[in-house]
Amino acid sequence: MDPAPSAVRLSVQEAIHTLSSSEDAGHILTTLGSVRRYLGEAEDPALAGEKKEFATVHFSAFLRCLISKLSQEWLELSPDGQLEQLWESFFLEGPADQAFLVLMEGVEGSAGPSFRLMRMAQLLATFLSKGRMAALMEEQCRPQMKAGFPLLQETLLSKVVGLPDHLGNRLQRDNLAQFFPQNYFPVLGKEILQALQVVVNSLRGGLDCSVSFVSRVLGKVCIQGRQKEILSVLVPQLTVLTQDSGLWQRVCWRLAEQVPDQAMEAVLTGFVEAASGPEVLSRLLGNLVVKNKKAQFVMTQKFLFLQYRLTTPMLKSLLGYLAMDSQRRPLLIQALKELLETWGSSSSVRHAPLAQQRYISTAILICLVHLGEPELQDIRDELLAGMMEGVKCHLDSSLTPVRHLGMIVAEVISSRIHPEGPPLKFQYEDSELSREMLALVAPAPEGDCSSEEGGPPLAPAVTKAPAEMSVHGGVSSAQPPGSDSELDSDDEFIPYDMSGDTELKSSKAPLYIRDCMEALAVSEDVQRWEAALQALEGLVYRNPESTREVSVELVKILLHLEDRTSLARFGALRQRALVAVTVTDPARVAEYLTSQFYALNYSLQQRMDILDVLTLSAQELSRPGRLRRPSQHGSPGSGSQCSPTQAVSQPGSATAPNWRVVVEERIKSKTRRFSKGLPQRELSSSPNEFSSVAGHFFFPLTRHFDRPVVTFDLLGDDQLVLGRLTHTLGSLMYLAVNTTVAVPMGKALMEFIWVLRFHADTYVRRGLLSAVSSVLLSVPAERLLGDLPDELLEARSWLADVAEKDADDGCRELAVKALLLLERIRGRLLPSS
Amino acid sequence: MAALVPPPPPPDPQFVLRGTRSAVNALCFCEGSQALERPLLFSGSQSGLVHIWSLQTQRAIAVLDGHGSQSVIWVQTLPQGQQLLSQGRDLQLCLWDLAEGRNAIVDSIRLESVGFCRSSILAGGQQRWTLAVPGKGSDEVQILEMPSKTSVCTLKPEADAKPGMPMCLGLWQLSPQANSSPRPLLLVGYEDGSVVLWDISERKVCSHIACHEEPVMGLDFDSQKARGVSGSAGKELVVWSVDGPQSLQVCGTHKLTNPGIADVAIRPDHKILATAGWDCRIRVFHWRTMKALAVLAFHSASVNCVAFATNGLLAAGSKDQRISVWSLYSRP
Repeated sequence: MDPAPSAVRLSVQEAIHTLSSSEDAGHILTTLGSVRRYLGEAEDPALAGEKKEFATVHFSAFLRCLISKLSQEWLELSPDGQLEQLWESFFLEGPADQAFLVLMEGVEGSAGPSFRLMRMAQLLATFLSKGRMAALMEEQCRPQMKAGFPLLQETLLSKVVGLPDHLGNRLQRDNLAQFFPQNYFPVLGKEILQALQVVVNSLRGGLDCSVSFVSRVLGKVCIQGRQKEILSVLVPQLTVLTQDSGLWQRVCWRLAEQVPDQAMEAVLTGFVEAASGPEVLSRLLGNLVVKNKKAQFVMTQKFLFLQYRLTTPMLKSLLGYLAMDSQRRPLLIQALKELLETWGSSSSVRHAPLAQQRYISTAILICLVHLGEPELQDIRDELLAGMMEGVKCHLDSSLTPVRHLGMIVAEVISSRIHPEGPPLKFQYEDSELSREMLALVAPAPEGDCSSEEGGPPLAPAVTKAPAEMSVHGGVSSAQPPGSDSELDSDDEFIPYDMSGDTELKSSKAPLYIRDCMEALAVSEDVQRWEAALQALEGLVYRNPESTREVSVELVKILLHLEDRTSLARFGALRQRALVAVTVTDPARVAEYLTSQFYALNYSLQQRMDILDVLTLSAQELSRPGRLRRPSQHGSPGSGSQCSPTQAVSQPGSATAPNWRVVVEERIKSKTRRFSKGLPQRELSSSPNEFSSVAGHFFFPLTRHFDRPVVTFDLLGDDQLVLGRLTHTLGSLMYLAVNTTVAVPMGKALMEFIWVLRFHADTYVRRGLLSAVSSVLLSVPAERLLGDLPDELLEARSWLADVAEKDADDGCRELAVKALLLLERIRGRLLPSS
Repeated sequence: MAALVPPPPPPDPQFVLRGTRSAVNALCFCEGSQALERPLLFSGSQSGLVHIWSLQTQRAIAVLDGHGSQSVIWVQTLPQGQQLLSQGRDLQLCLWDLAEGRNAIVDSIRLESVGFCRSSILAGGQQRWTLAVPGKGSDEVQILEMPSKTSVCTLKPEADAKPGMPMCLGLWQLSPQANSSPRPLLLVGYEDGSVVLWDISERKVCSHIACHEEPVMGLDFDSQKARGVSGSAGKELVVWSVDGPQSLQVCGTHKLTNPGIADVAIRPDHKILATAGWDCRIRVFHWRTMKALAVLAFHSASVNCVAFATNGLLAAGSKDQRISVWSLYSRP
């Protein structure tokens, strides 16, 4: 063995010597040619042993020498580019790993932009484009026995993955487009596929291979946050390749299994995001979750509980993946149990952001879709217990979307565990949220089966068409000849608007307020009762005097009115009537209503109604130009027609304005104007009627909130009402802008806010924050500074704290808004001072 | 594209006739040649008066009082001369002579039914004409030869049929070219909701359909298309046809929003159909397709009758004492 290596060594040493000393192109070319024999590409290749020795021992050194010689003059020694070609060939044809390492070393070693650096970068680009990276990786997949191999692999790994960074650092602005991460990683993805293809081929040939290097490359790339670039190439290709090849599937599984633990999460995130569905995920990952503890943790814990960033389709493919194999199914059941536990925990309902709650609910629904009847029966008791717990805390929440989530999930769970029993049914409005959630559990056909079902209906439709035609023909032939009915078209018979064609109610509406009251209070005649309720608002506006005589009694009746007949618009009618009475006689009614708010025997709904009525009435009272309105309230019971703008927008009732428009236009066209003056309609000014009564609305509400009564505990369970109260107070404050009472109101409100500022309920906090904004908007800036300086300072630090730390998006946003208002006030005051 | 254009708002009446001082129960446009120069509308009211309205001046030009303050339920002009028939609840059917400004009762027939059934005439332009009136027995219809007032026959349902009282009548005959001798036929809407086709010459029931749940309140027939329509106290409007050898068949049922149809009328050009609703609304349909075209909400009380003029004008009389006159889809 001794003489042979020395021969190679000698010739290499000689060649290195020649290269470093000679300036003669011919000499250099022949020397390079002789070394090239060892690469095995020349006409008379060297012995296998020599080749191997050259490749393992001398190649790197030789390449380093080549790199060191690289300069413009040296390459120009042979003008026809032969030397350059030969020089390149060593890098592109020799063992890829060494060539790559030497090149990277050269790139890193160079101090700054230079000819040599550029040349090496170009060579590296060629290296990439010629698929040498695949060769590099496939080399690493072969079984290796060399010592120091792990170290080499480690270096290679960091260089392969860090290539864009290294080149970016060195080349700065001269960087080539191929080395931008967004271009490099897709290429790397393709190279990985190539390497895997070779692996599959050699496995077919019975050779042993290991994909661990590729796994590590993948893991490292993903850790760097480049999942999207690399997996958007890899996953679709692998999806196709694994479709009918068991070998490819095994290689894929292996690839995923060998990803290092620290990279597992990043890789799995990428796979879940890129996979188009549970089947794909299942093909690509196999039973990874069962075999790998880390993967199991990531898939069943981290994705579901610690994060909430997966979109619904991703969540579907993740949970679908868990459901697809009998070994993984226990994990799905386990996940459902844990999800339900989280869903049902009152602390998570209270503290988790809405988006996460929605995520958990979505996951639960998807799990339920995947689980079969027997599996659900096994865990039925747990499901039921979790559901009961969860519904309770969801319904307690003061945020509507959270309540809706609770209702929807509970409906679905109960329908799954008691499919035969009477369905649980909540009442909630049809919203985007509810539609999306319910769409998850709707028996939607899977992608492929819908395409199969899509086929058959077409055929009957086609066959049906001629039949219909013949039927139609039969009808027309049955018509008496000479009838011109088939000839005339329907074009001249354009239907008129028929929206006014509604069902008729036959009953007499009362004409006097007192009759109305009597009908509402004692009447047993249901139709009369309904008619009275419908007529009341109009009556009140038309007869303010007689309303004032009975206002408090009327409000009392309305407040205790119950929907006896499931009247469609009962809530709205009652509310409008209450508002009408309050607006007509604000002081007395407001006094009554506010006193009743803290009284003993009312339901929460009634209390909230009181708050709503107060807000709406205050809004109506403070509306400028309000006094002109009552005349338009003429028609009794026609709620929708009370405002003239609405009437215009309705085509059905637009006849009167239509002719007015026509007439006005005609007048305009016939009138000559010499000059265009100011616009004719000016806003007429009128006193703010809310000003004199704002105190009646506001102060009694702030008085007793901290004194619980038996049926009503604002600081305890009835936080929903407290939230409404804070919002109402904020609105009243806002509506009292430009009134003299605004300053004491602001003071009282700030005190109120201060007491409650750390309330646990999101809705209450939101109300408080908007109330702060109202104070800032309504109280004049000078008075704010003069009368409430300490409060403002304290509020400011509180707001800053909320804006930074609050769990709820809405709260943070409101706090930021209030801070901005505060800044503006300061900005307005500072220049003057 | 057409669906995107919002439908036009319902039209307003062309004019309104006021002054009957009681509910309007019956309407009839003046037919014949004199209608061209002097268009007239006749109305019969609850108070027993028949008003003659000039459609040019839109005023009542004469009031006929011949029913002793008993409600007039039917008015009809005769085609040949200036004569008018009016039927009142005083059990009189009066024939008025209106020629040259006269308004005198020239003849009257004593009716024997106290019901609300409107009579029907069949006058082919000859001197003789046929009249169908509710008969003596509660379920009978009597056919009279006019002007001689000779009773032709009495149509009495079979003993076991029990259709109740006749509610509305419609006389017509098959067109002469189909049959050498004219065969008068009678359509009767009965109290039990059935529509029956009688052959008068053979005095037997040709066909019978039970198409309504409630009593039939009004029917009209289009002899050109051999199709008819009936409305009842219920919610549906039924279109039926007379096929082949005089057999009735239901063609379609149209559901209405509110129950109660007092009267139906097909426009003389067989293009549109109007109904008088108890819900104060007049509904207009396309006669061939039965597509709803308009809902005219003008009246404040139930509409009792609708009538079309030969020129396409539509009149509706209501319990609110007004007669509204409409011009819808008028022909060019």
